[in-house]
Amino acid sequence: MAEFSLPKNSKIIPGKHYPAKPGTKTPRTFRIYRWSPDDGQNPRMDSYEVDVSNCLMILDVLLKIKNEIDPSLTLRRSCREGICGSCAMNIDGTNTLACIKGLDECSSGIISIYPLPHMPVVKDLVPDLTHFYAQHASIHPWIRTQSPPPADRERLQSPEERKKLDGLYECILCACCTTSCPSYWWNGDRYLGPAVLLQAYRWIVDSRDEDTGTRLDELEDPFRLYRCHTILNCTRTCPKGLNPAKAIAEIKKLILQRQT
Amino acid sequence: MNDLRTPLARVHGLGSARDGMRPWWMQRLTAVALLLLGIWFVVSVLLLLRSGYVAAHLMLADPLNAVLMIAFTTALFWHAQIGMQVIIEDYVSTRWLEVVLQVLVRFLAVLGALASAVAVLRVALGY
Repeated sequence: MAEFSLPKNSKIIPGKHYPAKPGTKTPRTFRIYRWSPDDGQNPRMDSYEVDVSNCLMILDVLLKIKNEIDPSLTLRRSCREGICGSCAMNIDGTNTLACIKGLDECSSGIISIYPLPHMPVVKDLVPDLTHFYAQHASIHPWIRTQSPPPADRERLQSPEERKKLDGLYECILCACCTTSCPSYWWNGDRYLGPAVLLQAYRWIVDSRDEDTGTRLDELEDPFRLYRCHTILNCTRTCPKGLNPAKAIAEIKKLILQRQT
Repeated sequence: MNDLRTPLARVHGLGSARDGMRPWWMQRLTAVALLLLGIWFVVSVLLLLRSGYVAAHLMLADPLNAVLMIAFTTALFWHAQIGMQVIIEDYVSTRWLEVVLQVLVRFLAVLGALASAVAVLRVALGY
């Protein structure tokens, strides 16, 4: 039935304010989503005034807050150079990686930081990506062949065939695109979402893979693939500058092609 | 009911429907048809502006116009049905309500298309 009340933890309440230390030359204010599974409280927005004189990226700011102001702030980060995808979050209104989002790219006022939208939250800025990873596993993201590999060399690929993987292999599965997609918000239980479909296409166009037909069979479904309504939030938000919407369109074209 | 399936089992669900391309493609085909027929329809209606039933009858009495008009109304209801189907799939998550709405929309679309065709034929052949 229709839901007339908001789900638990939907209401975000104002949180604590951490003022800048006296004499701070370049303070900026950051509003950060805070929620802990342990205290039974609703989520809150804490605001921190931070001296950003030594901060280039948003991740620098977050680590400065954690190290110097509030050690309870919880976030994922690892490589700090945009290759691991751990620090994906919603910064200043857009899903991106905290480590490659420059302070100078943000708006001049207060900067709000939330976890990736519409995912269950583990704590603070850490979303639960279990379902996302299971969806990735479901498309068999590895090469599938029947022919044994050549005895004296690896499976060969021409430079032209290899070129087809450009713009696909760079995906780091940070989930920025998938969690920006309204269609994924409403039907994420069955729709695979842009990141997983881009990964699926990466194996569909790989000239060395021998299971293209089965891969297309598995995707040809009103929900798994065709929930994409070309909203294009995925392409707008991708921190690596990739185009998941185009990959999805290519899959649709291939499925049409084998019918005609 | 407690769902103790693994995340992967939940993602696999009932498996792929092996379908979905046809409605997607028909939505695009009917869109192209509506674009072309729509221009013809608007021009025809503008030409009939300020004239009475006789003029409409004479226009539709031409078999070409009658066929185009029925093609237009059929494509319109077909396109609307697919559009509504997708919207209901997207936003109605209560299963019984979704099924009722899907059936209702299909019935109404077929009835609308048939009624429009009969109306066009009546004006075309009648008088």
